[in-house]
Amino acid sequence: MILDEVHQGDMLPELRYDVTASTIVLGAIASRDWRPMHHDHEFAVNRNGTQDIFMNTPNQAAWFERYVTDWTGPSGRLGRMRFRMLGSVFPGDTMRLTATVEDVTTDDADCGWASLLVTLSVDGDTKTDCSVRVALPTSEDDNPWKRRGNAWQP
Amino acid sequence: MSDARSPEALIGTPQYEEIGEFPVEQGYIWSTCSSVENGNPLFWDAVVADKITDGPIAPPTMLSVWFRPHNWSPGRTEPAVPLQVHFDLKEHFGLPEAVISDNTIVFHEPVRIGDVITSRQVLRSVSGPKTTKLGTGRFWVIDVEYLNQRGDVVGVESYTGFGYQRGTR
Repeated sequence: MILDEVHQGDMLPELRYDVTASTIVLGAIASRDWRPMHHDHEFAVNRNGTQDIFMNTPNQAAWFERYVTDWTGPSGRLGRMRFRMLGSVFPGDTMRLTATVEDVTTDDADCGWASLLVTLSVDGDTKTDCSVRVALPTSEDDNPWKRRGNAWQP
Repeated sequence: MSDARSPEALIGTPQYEEIGEFPVEQGYIWSTCSSVENGNPLFWDAVVADKITDGPIAPPTMLSVWFRPHNWSPGRTEPAVPLQVHFDLKEHFGLPEAVISDNTIVFHEPVRIGDVITSRQVLRSVSGPKTTKLGTGRFWVIDVEYLNQRGDVVGVESYTGFGYQRGTR
Protein backbone atom coordinates (compact mmCIF):
# COMPACT_ATOMS: atom_id res chain seq x y z
CA MET A 1 0.00 0.00 0.00
CA ILE A 2 1.24 3.51 -0.78
CA LEU A 3 0.06 6.84 0.58
CA ASP A 4 -1.87 7.87 -2.55
CA GLU A 5 -4.17 4.89 -2.07
CA VAL A 6 -5.34 6.13 1.35
CA HIS A 7 -7.91 8.85 1.95
CA GLN A 8 -9.47 10.56 4.93
CA GLY A 9 -12.63 8.70 5.92
CA ASP A 10 -11.47 5.31 4.60
CA MET A 11 -12.47 2.44 6.85
CA LEU A 12 -10.26 -0.57 7.45
CA PRO A 13 -11.72 -4.06 7.09
CA GLU A 14 -12.99 -5.23 10.47
CA LEU A 15 -11.31 -8.02 12.39
CA ARG A 16 -13.39 -10.30 14.63
CA TYR A 17 -11.78 -12.71 17.03
CA ASP A 18 -13.29 -15.08 19.58
CA VAL A 19 -11.27 -14.62 22.77
CA THR A 20 -10.59 -17.66 24.95
CA ALA A 21 -8.68 -18.12 28.19
CA SER A 22 -5.80 -19.35 26.02
CA THR A 23 -5.84 -16.06 24.07
CA ILE A 24 -5.44 -14.10 27.31
CA VAL A 25 -2.79 -16.36 28.85
CA LEU A 26 -0.73 -16.71 25.67
CA GLY A 27 -0.71 -12.94 25.26
CA ALA A 28 0.28 -12.27 28.87
CA ILE A 29 3.12 -14.78 28.90
CA ALA A 30 4.43 -13.70 25.48
CA SER A 31 4.63 -10.14 26.83
CA ARG A 32 6.31 -11.33 30.06
CA ASP A 33 3.43 -10.09 32.18
CA TRP A 34 3.28 -12.52 35.08
CA ARG A 35 0.60 -10.73 37.07
CA PRO A 36 -2.03 -13.27 38.20
CA MET A 37 -5.08 -11.38 36.98
CA HIS A 38 -4.03 -12.38 33.46
CA HIS A 39 -3.82 -16.13 34.09
CA ASP A 40 -5.42 -17.02 37.44
CA HIS A 41 -9.23 -17.07 37.40
CA GLU A 42 -9.58 -17.28 41.19
CA PHE A 43 -7.25 -14.31 41.73
CA ALA A 44 -9.00 -12.22 39.08
CA VAL A 45 -12.46 -12.87 40.53
CA ASN A 46 -11.75 -12.89 44.25
CA ARG A 47 -8.93 -10.36 44.54
CA ASN A 48 -9.50 -8.02 41.59
CA GLY A 49 -13.28 -8.31 41.60
CA THR A 50 -13.42 -8.81 37.84
CA GLN A 51 -15.61 -11.40 36.13
CA ASP A 52 -12.62 -13.39 34.86
CA ILE A 53 -8.99 -13.07 33.78
CA PHE A 54 -8.59 -10.24 31.27
CA MET A 55 -6.33 -9.22 28.38
CA ASN A 56 -3.27 -7.18 29.40
CA THR A 57 -2.38 -3.85 27.80
CA PRO A 58 0.85 -4.94 26.01
CA ASN A 59 -1.05 -7.76 24.32
CA GLN A 60 -3.78 -5.33 23.26
CA ALA A 61 -1.02 -3.22 21.73
CA ALA A 62 0.16 -6.30 19.82
CA TRP A 63 -3.39 -6.85 18.52
CA PHE A 64 -3.57 -3.21 17.37
CA GLU A 65 -0.20 -3.53 15.62
CA ARG A 66 -1.26 -6.73 13.87
CA TYR A 67 -4.55 -5.13 12.78
CA VAL A 68 -2.90 -2.00 11.36
CA THR A 69 -0.04 -3.80 9.58
CA ASP A 70 -2.44 -6.39 8.11
CA TRP A 71 -3.81 -3.33 6.30
CA THR A 72 -0.58 -1.50 5.45
CA GLY A 73 1.57 -4.51 4.62
CA PRO A 74 5.15 -4.88 5.88
CA SER A 75 6.27 -1.46 4.57
CA GLY A 76 3.95 0.29 7.03
CA ARG A 77 5.99 1.59 9.97
CA LEU A 78 4.33 2.51 13.25
CA GLY A 79 5.24 5.96 14.51
CA ARG A 80 3.00 6.53 17.49
CA MET A 81 0.15 4.91 19.41
CA ARG A 82 -2.01 6.49 22.09
CA PHE A 83 -4.32 4.33 24.17
CA ARG A 84 -7.51 5.12 26.02
CA MET A 85 -8.56 2.14 28.10
CA LEU A 86 -12.28 2.00 28.86
CA GLY A 87 -13.00 -1.61 29.73
CA SER A 88 -11.61 -5.14 29.84
CA VAL A 89 -11.63 -8.04 27.40
CA PHE A 90 -12.53 -11.43 28.89
CA PRO A 91 -12.63 -15.05 27.74
CA GLY A 92 -15.86 -15.65 25.84
CA ASP A 93 -15.87 -12.15 24.32
CA THR A 94 -15.87 -11.67 20.57
CA MET A 95 -13.40 -8.87 20.02
CA ARG A 96 -14.11 -6.53 17.10
CA LEU A 97 -11.42 -4.23 15.74
CA THR A 98 -12.39 -1.41 13.40
CA ALA A 99 -10.61 1.74 12.24
CA THR A 100 -11.13 4.94 10.31
CA VAL A 101 -8.50 7.03 8.55
CA GLU A 102 -8.70 10.45 10.19
CA ASP A 103 -5.93 12.22 8.29
CA VAL A 104 -3.37 11.70 5.53
CA THR A 105 -0.32 13.96 5.52
CA THR A 106 3.26 14.36 4.39
CA ASP A 107 5.74 15.88 6.83
CA ASP A 108 8.70 18.25 6.34
CA ALA A 109 10.96 15.29 5.61
CA ASP A 110 8.56 14.03 2.90
CA CYS A 111 7.49 11.08 4.98
CA GLY A 112 3.89 10.02 4.35
CA TRP A 113 1.59 9.45 7.33
CA ALA A 114 -1.88 8.06 7.93
CA SER A 115 -3.58 8.82 11.22
CA LEU A 116 -6.10 6.20 12.29
CA LEU A 117 -8.59 5.84 15.10
CA VAL A 118 -8.73 2.15 15.94
CA THR A 119 -11.48 0.83 18.19
CA LEU A 120 -11.59 -2.46 20.04
CA SER A 121 -15.17 -3.26 21.00
CA VAL A 122 -17.17 -6.15 22.44
CA ASP A 123 -20.94 -6.38 21.84
CA GLY A 124 -20.94 -2.74 20.75
CA ASP A 125 -19.14 -1.46 23.86
CA THR A 126 -15.83 0.23 23.21
CA LYS A 127 -13.13 -1.34 25.38
CA THR A 128 -10.10 0.53 24.03
CA ASP A 129 -9.57 3.42 21.62
CA CYS A 130 -6.17 3.71 20.02
CA SER A 131 -4.95 6.62 17.93
CA VAL A 132 -2.28 5.36 15.57
CA ARG A 133 0.15 7.28 13.36
CA VAL A 134 1.63 4.99 10.75
CA ALA A 135 4.11 5.86 8.00
CA LEU A 136 3.40 4.61 4.49
CA PRO A 137 5.58 4.70 1.37
CA THR A 138 4.88 7.72 -0.79
CA SER A 139 5.88 5.79 -3.93
CA GLU A 140 6.89 2.28 -4.97
CA ASP A 141 10.53 3.28 -4.34
CA ASP A 142 10.01 4.80 -0.89
CA ASN A 143 10.54 2.83 2.31
CA PRO A 144 9.73 4.45 5.69
CA TRP A 145 11.92 1.87 7.47
CA LYS A 146 15.04 3.40 5.89
CA ARG A 147 14.43 6.72 7.60
CA ARG A 148 16.83 7.76 10.36
CA GLY A 149 17.52 10.88 12.40
CA ASN A 150 15.68 13.97 11.25
CA ALA A 151 14.08 12.04 8.41
CA TRP A 152 12.00 10.13 10.96
CA GLN A 153 9.61 12.36 12.91
CA PRO A 154 7.04 10.08 14.56
CA MET B 1 12.14 9.92 44.92
CA SER B 2 15.57 8.48 44.46
CA ASP B 3 17.11 11.30 46.49
CA ALA B 4 15.96 13.97 48.93
CA ARG B 5 15.17 16.56 46.28
CA SER B 6 11.59 17.63 45.62
CA PRO B 7 9.83 16.12 42.62
CA GLU B 8 9.94 19.48 40.84
CA ALA B 9 13.75 19.51 41.16
CA LEU B 10 13.91 16.12 39.43
CA ILE B 11 11.90 17.15 36.37
CA GLY B 12 13.93 16.25 33.31
CA THR B 13 16.43 14.11 35.22
CA PRO B 14 16.74 10.45 34.15
CA GLN B 15 16.17 8.04 37.05
CA TYR B 16 16.05 4.30 37.63
CA GLU B 17 18.13 3.29 34.64
CA GLU B 18 17.74 -0.45 34.11
CA ILE B 19 19.34 -2.81 31.62
CA GLY B 20 17.21 -5.58 30.14
CA GLU B 21 17.89 -8.97 31.69
CA PHE B 22 18.48 -10.61 28.29
CA PRO B 23 19.12 -9.51 24.70
CA VAL B 24 16.25 -9.14 22.27
CA GLU B 25 15.56 -12.63 20.99
CA GLN B 26 13.67 -14.35 18.22
CA GLY B 27 11.68 -16.72 20.45
CA TYR B 28 9.69 -13.99 22.20
CA ILE B 29 9.08 -12.30 18.85
CA TRP B 30 7.51 -15.44 17.45
CA SER B 31 5.57 -16.08 20.68
CA THR B 32 4.14 -12.57 20.54
CA CYS B 33 3.28 -12.77 16.84
CA SER B 34 1.72 -16.18 17.41
CA SER B 35 -0.40 -14.90 20.33
CA VAL B 36 -2.12 -12.39 18.03
CA GLU B 37 -1.80 -14.37 14.78
CA ASN B 38 0.41 -11.67 13.28
CA GLY B 39 1.69 -13.00 9.96
CA ASN B 40 3.67 -9.88 8.99
CA PRO B 41 6.53 -11.36 6.92
CA LEU B 42 8.97 -8.90 8.51
CA PHE B 43 8.96 -11.20 11.54
CA TRP B 44 8.83 -14.56 9.78
CA ASP B 45 10.68 -14.25 6.47
CA ALA B 46 14.38 -13.33 6.57
CA VAL B 47 14.41 -12.36 2.89
CA VAL B 48 11.60 -9.82 3.39
CA ALA B 49 13.26 -8.52 6.57
CA ASP B 50 16.59 -8.09 4.76
CA LYS B 51 14.92 -6.18 1.95
CA ILE B 52 12.70 -3.88 4.00
CA THR B 53 14.39 -3.46 7.38
CA ASP B 54 18.01 -4.47 6.64
CA GLY B 55 17.60 -7.60 8.76
CA PRO B 56 15.23 -8.99 11.36
CA ILE B 57 13.55 -6.64 13.81
CA ALA B 58 11.09 -6.98 16.68
CA PRO B 59 7.50 -5.76 16.45
CA PRO B 60 7.62 -2.16 17.68
CA THR B 61 4.88 -2.73 20.25
CA MET B 62 7.13 -5.24 22.06
CA LEU B 63 9.17 -2.33 23.44
CA SER B 64 8.31 -2.90 27.09
CA VAL B 65 8.77 -6.67 26.85
CA TRP B 66 12.56 -6.41 26.80
CA PHE B 67 12.98 -4.95 30.26
CA ARG B 68 10.23 -6.72 32.20
CA PRO B 69 11.97 -8.66 34.96
CA HIS B 70 11.78 -12.42 35.33
CA ASN B 71 9.03 -13.58 37.67
CA TRP B 72 11.77 -15.05 39.85
CA SER B 73 15.52 -14.75 39.74
CA PRO B 74 18.23 -15.87 42.17
CA GLY B 75 18.97 -13.48 44.98
CA ARG B 76 16.10 -11.07 44.43
CA THR B 77 14.03 -10.62 47.57
CA GLU B 78 11.81 -7.70 46.58
CA PRO B 79 9.38 -7.76 43.67
CA ALA B 80 10.42 -5.39 40.91
CA VAL B 81 8.02 -2.42 40.62
CA PRO B 82 7.49 -0.94 37.17
CA LEU B 83 7.24 2.84 36.81
CA GLN B 84 8.88 3.52 40.18
CA VAL B 85 8.67 7.32 39.75
CA HIS B 86 4.86 7.01 39.79
CA PHE B 87 5.00 5.28 43.17
CA ASP B 88 7.56 7.78 44.45
CA LEU B 89 5.21 10.64 43.62
CA LYS B 90 2.28 8.95 45.37
CA GLU B 91 4.40 8.58 48.48
CA HIS B 92 5.89 12.08 48.34
CA PHE B 93 2.51 13.78 48.07
CA GLY B 94 0.70 11.35 50.40
CA LEU B 95 -1.74 10.26 47.70
CA PRO B 96 -2.83 6.66 48.30
CA GLU B 97 -4.76 6.14 45.07
CA ALA B 98 -3.61 6.62 41.51
CA VAL B 99 -4.70 5.88 37.97
CA ILE B 100 -2.93 6.08 34.64
CA SER B 101 -5.17 8.15 32.42
CA ASP B 102 -3.14 8.21 29.22
CA ASN B 103 -0.47 6.02 27.64
CA THR B 104 1.36 7.04 24.47
CA ILE B 105 4.17 5.11 22.77
CA VAL B 106 6.44 6.74 20.20
CA PHE B 107 8.63 4.45 18.11
CA HIS B 108 12.09 5.48 16.96
CA GLU B 109 14.98 3.24 15.80
CA PRO B 110 13.87 -0.35 15.12
CA VAL B 111 14.69 -2.90 17.83
CA ARG B 112 16.88 -5.67 16.42
CA ILE B 113 17.62 -9.19 17.55
CA GLY B 114 20.63 -9.11 19.88
CA ASP B 115 19.98 -5.56 21.07
CA VAL B 116 20.24 -4.96 24.80
CA ILE B 117 17.64 -2.40 25.81
CA THR B 118 18.10 0.08 28.63
CA SER B 119 15.15 1.93 30.13
CA ARG B 120 15.14 5.06 32.24
CA GLN B 121 12.33 7.10 33.76
CA VAL B 122 12.06 10.86 33.38
CA LEU B 123 9.52 12.98 35.23
CA ARG B 124 8.27 15.61 32.79
CA SER B 125 5.72 17.57 34.83
CA VAL B 126 3.75 17.70 38.05
CA SER B 127 0.58 19.77 38.36
CA GLY B 128 -0.64 21.77 41.29
CA PRO B 129 -3.58 20.38 43.29
CA LYS B 130 -6.58 19.46 41.11
CA THR B 131 -10.00 18.10 41.94
CA THR B 132 -11.68 15.55 39.67
CA LYS B 133 -14.59 13.16 40.15
CA LEU B 134 -12.11 10.71 41.69
CA GLY B 135 -10.88 13.08 44.38
CA THR B 136 -8.26 15.76 44.93
CA GLY B 137 -4.68 15.17 43.88
CA ARG B 138 -2.11 15.94 41.23
CA PHE B 139 -1.44 14.98 37.63
CA TRP B 140 2.03 14.01 36.50
CA VAL B 141 3.64 12.96 33.25
CA ILE B 142 6.41 10.36 33.27
CA ASP B 143 8.38 9.29 30.20
CA VAL B 144 10.05 5.91 30.02
CA GLU B 145 12.86 6.15 27.48
CA TYR B 146 14.24 3.03 25.85
CA LEU B 147 17.72 2.99 24.32
CA ASN B 148 19.75 0.32 22.57
CA GLN B 149 23.39 -0.54 23.33
CA ARG B 150 24.55 2.12 20.83
CA GLY B 151 22.68 4.83 22.72
CA ASP B 152 20.00 5.22 20.03
CA VAL B 153 16.52 5.95 21.36
CA VAL B 154 14.29 3.10 20.21
CA GLY B 155 11.13 4.40 21.81
CA VAL B 156 9.49 6.53 24.47
CA GLU B 157 6.42 5.66 26.48
CA SER B 158 4.57 8.53 28.17
CA TYR B 159 2.24 7.97 31.06
CA THR B 160 -0.10 10.57 32.51
CA GLY B 161 -0.89 9.63 36.10
CA PHE B 162 -3.35 11.12 38.55
CA GLY B 163 -2.56 10.48 42.21
CA TYR B 164 -5.43 11.36 44.54
CA GLN B 165 -7.10 11.12 47.88
CA ARG B 166 -10.65 9.79 47.78
CA GLY B 167 -13.52 11.81 49.21
CA THR B 168 -11.89 15.21 48.93
CA ARG B 169 -14.11 16.67 46.23
